[in-house]
Amino acid sequence: MLEEYIRKRAEEKGILMMAHVVVGYPSLEESFELVKAIVAAGVDLMELQIPFSEPIADGPLILKANQSALAAGVKVDDCFEFAHRVTQTFDIPFLFMTYYNIVFKRGEERFFAEAKEAGIEGAIVPDIPPEEGDGYLAATAAHDIDPILIFSPTTTPDRLSYLANFGRGFFYCVARKGITGAKTTFSSELEEFLGRCRGVTDLPLALGFGVSQKEDVDFLKGKVEIAVIGSQALRILNDSGIEAVGDFFRGLR
Amino acid sequence: MERSGYHGRFGGMFIPEILVATFEELKTAFEEVKKDPSFWKVYQDLMSTYSCRPTPLTYSENLSRHFKGPHFYIKREDLNHTGAHKLNNVMGQGLVVQRMGKSRVIAETGAGQHGVATATMAAKFGFECTIYMGEVDVARQRPNVFWMEQLGATVIPVKDGARTLKDAINEALRDWAANMDTTHYVLGTVCGPHPFPEMVAYFQSIIGTEAKEQILDKVGRLPSRVYACVGGGSNALGIFQGFLDDSEVELVGVEAGGEGLKSGKHASRLASEDASVGVAQGYKTYFLQDDDGQMLETHSVAAGLDYIGVSPILSAYHEEGRVRFEATTNEEVLEATRLTMRKEGIIPALESAHALACTFREAPQMSGDDVVLVNLSGRGDKDIFTIADALGDESWKQFIATKAEAYSA
Repeated sequence: MLEEYIRKRAEEKGILMMAHVVVGYPSLEESFELVKAIVAAGVDLMELQIPFSEPIADGPLILKANQSALAAGVKVDDCFEFAHRVTQTFDIPFLFMTYYNIVFKRGEERFFAEAKEAGIEGAIVPDIPPEEGDGYLAATAAHDIDPILIFSPTTTPDRLSYLANFGRGFFYCVARKGITGAKTTFSSELEEFLGRCRGVTDLPLALGFGVSQKEDVDFLKGKVEIAVIGSQALRILNDSGIEAVGDFFRGLR
Repeated sequence: MERSGYHGRFGGMFIPEILVATFEELKTAFEEVKKDPSFWKVYQDLMSTYSCRPTPLTYSENLSRHFKGPHFYIKREDLNHTGAHKLNNVMGQGLVVQRMGKSRVIAETGAGQHGVATATMAAKFGFECTIYMGEVDVARQRPNVFWMEQLGATVIPVKDGARTLKDAINEALRDWAANMDTTHYVLGTVCGPHPFPEMVAYFQSIIGTEAKEQILDKVGRLPSRVYACVGGGSNALGIFQGFLDDSEVELVGVEAGGEGLKSGKHASRLASEDASVGVAQGYKTYFLQDDDGQMLETHSVAAGLDYIGVSPILSAYHEEGRVRFEATTNEEVLEATRLTMRKEGIIPALESAHALACTFREAPQMSGDDVVLVNLSGRGDKDIFTIADALGDESWKQFIATKAEAYSA
């Protein structure tokens, strides 16, 4: 259970870190090494992104990593094998992040049965709102995988309450408008938004989009259980390589 | 948000949470527009004074004679301001943007037609305007980029993905997710998340409404068939809407057959067996995609038909059997373009020539007494670079070479 793990671990550590890796970028072998380095740096949860050709919620860095993995021939099958390998090797929870078409084409039932078999514990799929997600949510429930829903600063209070009915594990709060990889101002406005989120759910909260330095993580302590670090780690990977990503995560807490 | 915007099993709203409030706002604005009896009047007035509505219906007697029947009637969307049916949608959405009080519009464009139309509307209404266009399309459609920039728009070449229309749509959605407070996304076709397919179809219905009245007025009976090319499907749905309830009228949508359906190099979602149902760019429809759900590259001589998905409304009509879908190859299209120019003195856009090509192919099966209606969605003279290229005209090549020499001197 993600919820229990997060609560327990957050009590010990103050705030948890969730990392994000695009499976097959720069290559399947290198992304395995990347996972290894990030886990060794003390990260607590990890998103494995199954690459998709039309990642509309992602900014340029993650978008390019998706394309590069696909161009190198990464298949959805490879991602399931990869997930199996990392969940066998490393002792933190792994989640799948992808877009709905990948789930839809494999079949919701098959996708989550295989995800469970591969040791996956949660799923983040940004383009499947609950209104469209009957089959999706049923399949996650059937296979005991936590569907992670997203709260955004533009989500109305009524809708936050509505969304709160469907999420399990934790909720992923998006720090600002826009897409991944752009700058975020960590402000009182953000705090108010997190207060609204807190008001509708007892589940732990994660905050992502623009978390890029120790000050950001410090700001989030006591406000959310999980800081999500995506694009900044990818930027460091592109600029300085796998080892530097490990150092980056070590420096965040 | 309610589960909405379904046509059969297609359509819907598969959108990231950050955009939900914006789509709700747009849905409400569109509902109000539909209920407001004065709105359509304002829209019609605008289209009759700023563009050339109603566009004429031309009897093409030379083509009719050439094929020994049927009687060809051509709906002249090419005579719209900016040269295509695209303006119908864009001006309608411009009026909606005014009502919503937003100050900036963004749009995707493939061939550049929708981009030029949007830049035109933005200039007229005083909106700031950004157009996303795949880098590949920027390179092959420079004249349209030139006009968009002259009209005051910023054109941003999209360097990701296949660098074509689908990637421009993704980039526009990303812009919108960051700037929805000030910005409206003027989607150019009957695709994307609800309410776009219905809203664009609503504005394009002006084509079908006029065409039906015109053909009844001129011929005194309904056509036996109506042909239109299908990229996203907006001109097709526009004209089909005039005849949906007339079951005796066969509706034919013509997709891009590219180098032939068997070559795999085409953009036929409904006329080929190569597409399957999927969810991308916010809606469910038939997409050209692989078994994993990754989108494939599409091919057509006509950039405006070169797209992975198709209107969810047309997918529904396809499954219901209300619309028949065919594909015509690049070669057939060029032949139809030549014939239409020579016989009728009309220069069709390569997109629209797909519909003509299919009509010509099927003409021998029809009786001399049959009446067919073809939607000529756009004019071709603006595409002189593309058409001259496609026709391989030697003296044109010479002209360009000389011009290039002069520029590089």
